[in-house]
Amino acid sequence: MANYSTNEFRSGLKIMLDNDPCSIIENEFVKPGKGQAFNRVKIRNLKTGRVLERTFKSGESVEAADVLETEMEYSYTDGSSWTFMDPETYEQVSADETAVGDAMKWLVEQETYTITLWNDNPISVSAPNHVILTIIETDPGVRGDTSGGGGKPATCNTGAVVRVPLFIDEGEKIKVDTRTSEYVGRVKD
Amino acid sequence: MSHWKPNTTIETLKCRARLLSIARQFFQDNHYLEVDTPCLSQSTTPDPNIESFSSRFNHTYYFLHTSPEFPMKRLLASGSGAIYQICKVFRQGEAGRYHNPEFTLIEWYQPGMHYRELMEQLDELVRLLLKDKLTLTKSILLTYQQAFEKFAGINPHTANRQQLQTVISKNNIQLHNEILTHDAYLDLIMSCLIQPALPKGKPVFIYDYPTTQAALATIRKGEVDVAERFELFINGVELANGYQELLNANEQKARFENENKQRLAAGQQIIPVDEHLIAALQQGMPMTSGVALGFDRLLMLATGKNTLQDVIAFSIDKA
Repeated sequence: MANYSTNEFRSGLKIMLDNDPCSIIENEFVKPGKGQAFNRVKIRNLKTGRVLERTFKSGESVEAADVLETEMEYSYTDGSSWTFMDPETYEQVSADETAVGDAMKWLVEQETYTITLWNDNPISVSAPNHVILTIIETDPGVRGDTSGGGGKPATCNTGAVVRVPLFIDEGEKIKVDTRTSEYVGRVKD
Repeated sequence: MSHWKPNTTIETLKCRARLLSIARQFFQDNHYLEVDTPCLSQSTTPDPNIESFSSRFNHTYYFLHTSPEFPMKRLLASGSGAIYQICKVFRQGEAGRYHNPEFTLIEWYQPGMHYRELMEQLDELVRLLLKDKLTLTKSILLTYQQAFEKFAGINPHTANRQQLQTVISKNNIQLHNEILTHDAYLDLIMSCLIQPALPKGKPVFIYDYPTTQAALATIRKGEVDVAERFELFINGVELANGYQELLNANEQKARFENENKQRLAAGQQIIPVDEHLIAALQQGMPMTSGVALGFDRLLMLATGKNTLQDVIAFSIDKA
């Protein structure tokens, strides 16, 4: 695998750090006129999502990470792994629970997810900003209440629990913002 | 946004032109001669922390100057008297919020003037250049040692590796590679801890540097030997670097050779020693102090911009 020198650092560059693939978020070059230059770098660990800071002596190099982000459709799960498919090549990958992470509760069949592959293995799954879910359990709908105030918890087909307005019934489809876990609106078939 | 367009507003360009004209008037009023020395030179600084661009003229290798210091000293040794120059200089690998690989320096030398007096003259000039934007309060003078004691809690001259590492880790700086030279640790502490902590709204002069960071400054013997070198910071931004200039040709040559040894050890290119400068010093250069002011950074402060790219019409990515 190739190496990157600090002078190639820029946001979005994928590098290996502490044996994990990471993505550079921010790179700041500091140097006294007559002294040693450093790169102060903010980095996201792509496996854990954690953000860390590292200071490199300018000119040092690090190994590049073979990381690829690709759009794939969710197919199915056998309970221990989650299978995604490239809609064009039909190529499949299986992600484990750690890789799927928080996206678990937004997994809907045939929906498209961003899969981060490291050495061809999925290490993280990110959900689209909005998904359509079906309510499978909630208190009976209160007709006429369209205020949207208050609301009630509703369990969706993916296991996600979302606060919905009182008028929503079981079996209805709703649009949810995956970034905030908030109800966006009712979806009519 | 259109990539062909300048980074700067027309207002900033006008401010740049105005400040340059104020600076020229200041030097004229103080009887400095404006000079122009070559950008291309067969030698350059061997300082391991400064890399020069290079090119060829026919079959001869030339470097783009990183500062006009060496030829200006040859003029001083030829009896020029007080001189100044406003020019573009070039440094390889330096790009960032406060760096562009080519930038404008104002550099001047006043024979007979002591470096502490030159600090006062520099103070006067920056106040003049910034007066429309910043009301600067009384300047602060700190020795390098005082700055380290005050803002990092260590004595830079005596601290051991353990103490330097402790200061760095206590401030949540995690190094990718823990092993640095003593001076690199000091540079890191200066850039990342001290500079951001310096008082704002006034010029802060840091002077009397460790002898290992003497560059081209004279060394003054004392309880602790120090280099008669100073730097100016305003709002945490390093603006200028000056020296009581080293006059001794042999010592100058020895320093260059020592820097080349460090280059060799680090796998960097060896730089041919500037024999013209050494010959000029051998013949004799008058006692002088000199300073270089980063004009683009000053313009940043004068226009209230946050990055150097905001004051350079076409920074390296658009050049």
